[in-house]
Amino acid sequence: MKLAEIKRAVVILVIFLVLLTGVYPAVVTLVGKIAFPGKAGGSLVERNGAVYGSSLIGQPFSDPKYFWPRPSATAPAGRMPYDPMASGGSNLGPTNPALLDETGAAARQLRDSGVSGPLPIDLVTSSASGLDPDITVEAAEAQAARVGQARHMSAAQVEQLINAHKQGRTFGFLGRERVNVLELNLALDAAG
Amino acid sequence: MQNFEIYDLIEIAVFFAVLLLLVKPLGAYMAAVFQGERNLLSPAVRPVERLVYRLAAIDEQKETGWKRYAFSLLLLNFILMIFIFLVLVFQGVLPLNPEGFPGFPLPLAFNTAVSFATNTNWQAYSGESTASYFTQTVALALSFFVTPAIGLTVIIPLIRGIVRRTATQIGNFWVDLTRGILYILLPVALLAALFLVSQGVIQNFGGYRQVDLAQPAAGAAGLLTTQTIPMGPVASFESIKLLGTNGGGFFGANSAHPYENPSPLTNFVEILLFLAIPFALTYTFGRMSGNTRQGWAILAAMMVILIGSLGAMYWAEEAGNPLVHQQGIAGPNMEGKEVRFGIGGSVLFAAGTTATSDGAVNSMHDSYMPLGGGVALLLILLSEVVPGGVGSGLYTMLGFVIIAVFVAGLMIGRTPEFLGKKIEVREMWMAVIIVLTSGISVLVFSGVALLLSAGTSAILNPGPHGLTEVLYAFASGSNNNGSAFAGLGANTPFYNFTLGVAMLLGRFVPALAALAMAGSLAAKKYVPPSVGTLPTNNPTFTGWLIVVVIIVGALTFLPALGLGPIVEQLQMIGR
Repeated sequence: MKLAEIKRAVVILVIFLVLLTGVYPAVVTLVGKIAFPGKAGGSLVERNGAVYGSSLIGQPFSDPKYFWPRPSATAPAGRMPYDPMASGGSNLGPTNPALLDETGAAARQLRDSGVSGPLPIDLVTSSASGLDPDITVEAAEAQAARVGQARHMSAAQVEQLINAHKQGRTFGFLGRERVNVLELNLALDAAG
Repeated sequence: MQNFEIYDLIEIAVFFAVLLLLVKPLGAYMAAVFQGERNLLSPAVRPVERLVYRLAAIDEQKETGWKRYAFSLLLLNFILMIFIFLVLVFQGVLPLNPEGFPGFPLPLAFNTAVSFATNTNWQAYSGESTASYFTQTVALALSFFVTPAIGLTVIIPLIRGIVRRTATQIGNFWVDLTRGILYILLPVALLAALFLVSQGVIQNFGGYRQVDLAQPAAGAAGLLTTQTIPMGPVASFESIKLLGTNGGGFFGANSAHPYENPSPLTNFVEILLFLAIPFALTYTFGRMSGNTRQGWAILAAMMVILIGSLGAMYWAEEAGNPLVHQQGIAGPNMEGKEVRFGIGGSVLFAAGTTATSDGAVNSMHDSYMPLGGGVALLLILLSEVVPGGVGSGLYTMLGFVIIAVFVAGLMIGRTPEFLGKKIEVREMWMAVIIVLTSGISVLVFSGVALLLSAGTSAILNPGPHGLTEVLYAFASGSNNNGSAFAGLGANTPFYNFTLGVAMLLGRFVPALAALAMAGSLAAKKYVPPSVGTLPTNNPTFTGWLIVVVIIVGALTFLPALGLGPIVEQLQMIGR
């Protein structure tokens, strides 16, 4: 009786293995490939045949002529910020002096680049994934003057680009208003 | 930042409205499935179901007593655990490994196999740099379906035990298991996976992509010009990870990763996925016991605690970090949170994932404010009953219900009865085991870890926050949650072993006690309600149940919480 039960357990696991880890993901992959090839493949951004990354994965812009993303915690010793091979947050607690060192350093860098007034919180804190592709609209606007100056563009031109890349809340209430940093920066390059 | 609040509140309100609307239809559907009635999916699924029974030599009509039922459950779980362990260890020579990852070291393989076989999904590793596609889509994804189904195979016989009169049998384990997977988990997971792909969650078996950065960046190792983007069959993994209250991430960042959770809408749907079945089971319970008001009374108690906790968490995070504000920075606490979700979408996920046994995260709990992270910890410590994991949440809550009935009976001098069944010594023993096992495990293991340097050397954050990291780890393991204060460097032999044991105890001791209770309740006679019967389906009882859940949780853990999050919050305000 016990032996029959063991056999039953093995057989049923094999059946589920085929159905749940073979057929099921295959169906999803197939439908994804046919119906949503770009999204299933990672929302890659192409320009002139070259792939410039993914619109869902942030990149470590640091040049004054680009909008900067949020700090990224994928960058412990030997690694780079926005490294998709090491996604994750800083995990620093709210009273940890190391956290305040990081936010303080990021704040000084922003001040040095000419941002005045209260600093948008997202520009000094690292995200959960370390790959956050977005910044808030306030964070983009705080950088507009610097970017315009570095590119010899008028404030109105930069403002217009920010507005064109604003993503509103889904259905008007879900999530947060934001700007995709990679898309905005590629648009800047295209505008000259 | 005040102006964002209103949208967050609308998001939360709409979320709970949608969730409540799903409870009745989904709950009624699940009741029909487990009672073997014809249902919506019968035409498509019934032939597959019969094929499974034929291949595995299962007699659909034959039911068993609780001991035989429990034996089959443990046997299946044991084989599943061995299978996962072997795949992890031999990953290096198995197929679908384009990145050539080697096998897991033994302590990590033990921890991970236990973790996934117990519906915990604690992860001491990071998926994108450790686990092959074969490991993720075959070994881990199999456990994503089987372990929540096993949760169902404990709650359903417990409901039968309450309903049946002088019966010896509580059901057929194999039939309950098969129905749970074929009629409930698989169809919903499939639909959800297709939706997630349509919104940007990736789904492919391609190799990792190396792309040129738009602007070369300075890294620690010199100028970097490229970025390696991991790929994988994520959508099919993600949907069942959430639906089954599993929670193990495809990537290290879990549901915070843009490829797992790319937009506010996917975030909304993902939270719905892990809360839907646990809440709907209260209706299934009401329907099967012919007392739907009883189901709603339990649901109301769950909702009150969940929404209250959510409120406290939201308030703490939206207020932000005063120490950061002193640096001339304005806004809510965004450390470890994603811009697209904002505070509302982050705390809704965090409260939901710790109130169920899901343990997926879309924000890093370690970086929450002391109070916000403390609430997440408290929700886990309350044994995950508001609403808890698939199946496990309701059977643990029924343990609390039995205790509430018994204590109330003692206080007002009435015979303790629940739905026509007398509560006696045996039931009380089982209820106490269900309710207290995880708490004892948390306190003993945390205490041991704090005494040994093997335990304390893994702590990242100094001071009381470090204590919270250790407490959170054992709370998460013992209650099969799987989320973490991830600063704790838990991939050490000490933590891999102790957390593995905590997960085994926290999963199987209460499950066996629930099945034993099912057996003893089923054997009892029905006692018709009389004037001496305490009604258990009115608001008074709901309120009493809330009090019992909170008192048990608070009395067990108040000292520990006092030394961790509470003292940290006070220190922060005082600075």
